[in-house]
Amino acid sequence: MSGILNSSIARKFAMALSAFFLMFFLLQHLVINITSIFPNNGKTFNELSHFMGTNPLVQYLLQPVLIFGVVFHFVMGFILELKNNSARKVKYAKNNGAANSTWMSRNMIWSGLAILAFIVLHFIDFWFPEINTKFIQGDWSGLHNGEFRYFEELQHKFVNPARVAAYVVAFIFLGLHLAHGFNSAFQSVGANNKYTKGLKTFGKLYAIIIPLGFVVIALFHHFNH
Amino acid sequence: MALDSKIPKGPLKDKWTDYKNHIDLVNPANKRNIDVIVVGTGLAGGSASATLAELGYNVKAFAYQDSPRRAHSIAAQGGINAAKNYQGDGDSTYRLFYDTVKGGDYRSREANVYRLAEVSANIIDQCVAQGVPFARDYGGLLDNRSFGGVLVSRTFYAKGQTGQQLLLGAYSAMNRQIARGKIEMFNRHEMLDVVIVDGKARGIIARDLVTGEIERHSAHAVVVASGGYGNVYFLSTNAMGSNATAAWKIHKKGAYFANPCYTQIHPTCIPRSGDYQSKLTLMSESLRNDGRIWVPKSMEDVMAIREGRKKPTDLSEDERDYYLERRYPAFGNLVPRDVASRAAKERCDAGYGVNATGEAVYLDFKSAIQRYGKEQAKIKHISKPTEKQIYDLGKDIVKAKYGNLFQMYEKIVDQNPYETPMMIYPAVHYTMGGVWVDYNLMTTIPGCYAIGEANFSDHGANRLGASALMQGLADGYFVLPYTIGDYLADDIRTGKIATDSPEFEAAEKEVSERIEFFINNKGTHSVDYYHKKLGKIMWDKCGMSRNETGLKEAIIEISELRADFWKNVNVPGTATEYNEQLAKAGRVADFLELGELFAKDALIREESAGGHFREEFQTEDGEAKRIKEFQFVSAWEYKGEPKDAILHKEELAYENIEVKERSYK
Amino acid sequence: MNLTLKIWRQENANDKGKMVDYKVTEISEHMSFLEMMDVLNEQLVNSGEEPVAFDHDCREGICGMCSMYINGEAHGPDRGVTTCQLHMRMFKDGDTITIEPWRAAAFPVIKDLVVDRSAFDRIQHAGGYISVNTSGNTQDANAIPISKEAADKAMDAATCIGCGACVATCKNSSAMLFVGAKVSQYALLPQGQVEATDRVLNMVAQMDAEGFGNCTNTGACEVECPKGISLENIARMNREFLSASLKG
Repeated sequence: MSGILNSSIARKFAMALSAFFLMFFLLQHLVINITSIFPNNGKTFNELSHFMGTNPLVQYLLQPVLIFGVVFHFVMGFILELKNNSARKVKYAKNNGAANSTWMSRNMIWSGLAILAFIVLHFIDFWFPEINTKFIQGDWSGLHNGEFRYFEELQHKFVNPARVAAYVVAFIFLGLHLAHGFNSAFQSVGANNKYTKGLKTFGKLYAIIIPLGFVVIALFHHFNH
Repeated sequence: MALDSKIPKGPLKDKWTDYKNHIDLVNPANKRNIDVIVVGTGLAGGSASATLAELGYNVKAFAYQDSPRRAHSIAAQGGINAAKNYQGDGDSTYRLFYDTVKGGDYRSREANVYRLAEVSANIIDQCVAQGVPFARDYGGLLDNRSFGGVLVSRTFYAKGQTGQQLLLGAYSAMNRQIARGKIEMFNRHEMLDVVIVDGKARGIIARDLVTGEIERHSAHAVVVASGGYGNVYFLSTNAMGSNATAAWKIHKKGAYFANPCYTQIHPTCIPRSGDYQSKLTLMSESLRNDGRIWVPKSMEDVMAIREGRKKPTDLSEDERDYYLERRYPAFGNLVPRDVASRAAKERCDAGYGVNATGEAVYLDFKSAIQRYGKEQAKIKHISKPTEKQIYDLGKDIVKAKYGNLFQMYEKIVDQNPYETPMMIYPAVHYTMGGVWVDYNLMTTIPGCYAIGEANFSDHGANRLGASALMQGLADGYFVLPYTIGDYLADDIRTGKIATDSPEFEAAEKEVSERIEFFINNKGTHSVDYYHKKLGKIMWDKCGMSRNETGLKEAIIEISELRADFWKNVNVPGTATEYNEQLAKAGRVADFLELGELFAKDALIREESAGGHFREEFQTEDGEAKRIKEFQFVSAWEYKGEPKDAILHKEELAYENIEVKERSYK
Repeated sequence: MNLTLKIWRQENANDKGKMVDYKVTEISEHMSFLEMMDVLNEQLVNSGEEPVAFDHDCREGICGMCSMYINGEAHGPDRGVTTCQLHMRMFKDGDTITIEPWRAAAFPVIKDLVVDRSAFDRIQHAGGYISVNTSGNTQDANAIPISKEAADKAMDAATCIGCGACVATCKNSSAMLFVGAKVSQYALLPQGQVEATDRVLNMVAQMDAEGFGNCTNTGACEVECPKGISLENIARMNREFLSASLKG
């Protein structure tokens, strides 16, 4: 297996695998977050959040894997972008890319960078404070003033309209990224058959529903705090 | 020098087997010390290069294109014949042999054609093993088509791209040998002369078309597989780069050139649309099964159509002249290729051509759409179908049969052939003539071979459909590899051929001087100017029908044009760069000589046979009249100017076939 | 019609090259694009200038020699055609047409619009064949039945003309449609199975070594391919590669 990641096809296979993992993570993340708009004042959300935040399996296995997946996906994406760029040293004076491919497929690096920027913001908002609370201050209780703190923290974050706007824009980019990425991942692992047509429709729905879900949650909390 | 065709003794069916049993062989260790040059990488050259390399020879292959895969064999559409008898319809080696000799109007060599028929079955086995995706039926076995008027189904095909698939098969076999280092490939190289040392072909002078460098390449034998010379007409279905230079250079160094006047002109091509036209596109002959050919009866209608005042669909049935049906009531639109071509030319010469250039006739599917439409209505139990229903039903059937051809036509001409008749006109397609070779495929220069369309041997005066692919691969895969071994067996102690001999020196000097001349001439006319003029003379006077006066004029006109070319040709650029005009100048210079020999050959052949039609020699019904005393191959020896060429005759004997009149009625 | 042409001129591989404007007049809509280029070249030759070098040969869409990037698209704005089959009726009087060579690091420019596509040949040398000698002693062609579906699919993959439009049009200059087509042709046929593992590994390794980019599944190649080669062939190559990697 040594050096296999130097091969173009192995790289795209690896990109696809990390993409599948991240797409599954997104689904899982949305499912948990959606509970925050349940009409029980965040009770379900708090419980799920506490479970995820304190379960050793999640914290010590899934979390590092996720971080690795995200980092890998980005790093490999950049490596491929650099290589692909160097495969055409002199650019066309006139290129009509829209004639044969979608904007999303040609601009994965830009939608990806937008998502990366969002992740930085998102980490500052939620992840770093979490790490600080649990691993530095050693507080694993998940409590604040005797109650679960998660729902309140969430609501607090969506007060600022600038932040909400940034989130919404990021989710639009996420949708664009997924609109190409979902089916691209299947093609990369060699799945192109009689199911592809149906899968393409599903992919489009996925690319709309997942980001839309996050947008709805953000707006919901902005207007309902 | 007397011609010796070296046909083995014995009964026809044993000749090839006996021959193979008695030739000299070269042992594998010695093959490693022998070099062979192959010029051209089409079906013949590609298959020969691969096979010779597999056997162990060191092959140097040359192509003017940027890859062997682009040779013009790739454009062949219909299929490849082989006497497999998979359909159980009575096919056999003898029957394929018989059809080919008869189709060639009894002007080909019996022994060569029989050998071709014999090895044909091997070709299909070989190509399937290589992964050529021939069409198959639902049982997974190979499918066949019926082709060109023969009575059996023996044509194997891969959609309408059989030539492409077979060439890619040969290319893949080459790739394997290139990877092993047994073939050294010279792409974008052009052979500009053959080098003869002690009477034997020992190498070539080639030009690198990218850098302009003149190179010497030595070998123990030289194989020319450079295709036909149809581009002597300027317009043909050949590729733009197809040329006769390699064949012509060996002719000038001693190889006889045989039957140059035998040319196949295909009746169904898309007509020229203007003087800028660079190339003609073939439409499958199968269209004549359902299309009716016509021109207007009156001159007024012709003019009205040309000026756009009338449309062909405006003309009623009795305003149309279905001239093939009128002249050949028995065969109608399905007369053989040469007859259909000449009849179209006759109408257009009389002024009835229907497009701006006056060189087009209609091929009309209206009747077929009607006929199929009514038939379908019956099948579908539609009691009183409307006109529209009939049209739609009929159109579907025509679409299923010829859809891809109709689409291709529409892309080029921008007219919908379902709505308005197609325009067609004959075009130069294939040259049966070529370098004279004996049974071994060796030319009259020892050690110099010619295979594929470049030689003359198998198609006589007319080639049958699906036979060109068969011949190219037979020569390259299964014939030459044996016959060349017999010759090379004497060369096992020769060692490497030096390229610093006076012979190489002289040949290189000659080539360089000619190139210098072109670059320095700074004349007034472009190369294409001359090529177009030559093409016009050839087409008008050595085309579908020929006569003594025209041929004599052609000889004079071509020689004058040649003189003018050498005075006034203008080649821009330099000799040391990629310079297409320079390459073309050399090719046109050779065509200007070949064209004259062509006319001369047509002039002495006082008969009509296959693609060669002399107006003076026709039956009362205007059919071709073959004459017994011309049952020979005319092989021309080069003596300076084409007018000084000396004729050698190889008499053709038919011992296994009775020579009959080809009847079309 | 009268047209303005913006054409890439580059004397040789080492020259920097630049776009140059030309005017052509009285172009017939029935001309093919290359015939329009012939008109320009005849004009240049007669005025003592060097004609524009471009690759072309069969002029009926099958040899794969012609290769121009016209108004930002490989083989121009029409679909299912090569440049030689593109007709001037796709353009309007007064149009400005930009004509560039295929651009890819693996296809260096030789002169003007002529590029070196020998990288494609080298990929084929690495495994684009079935190792069978032309001895004439292979088994009978009908000895192994092959399903019509497999034969037809292999044929569809095999119609690739090797023109390089896929590379030229791909934003990454990836050659995967070209390589995928060849790998697929043999993967679909029983004859190709024996060497399947080595074939795909070697061809992909050579493809990477030539400096082509990586496929990001934009699908542009499939749209611009004059022969309509399907993306399915790339997916098949990916599968073949993965299973070969696991075996190898």
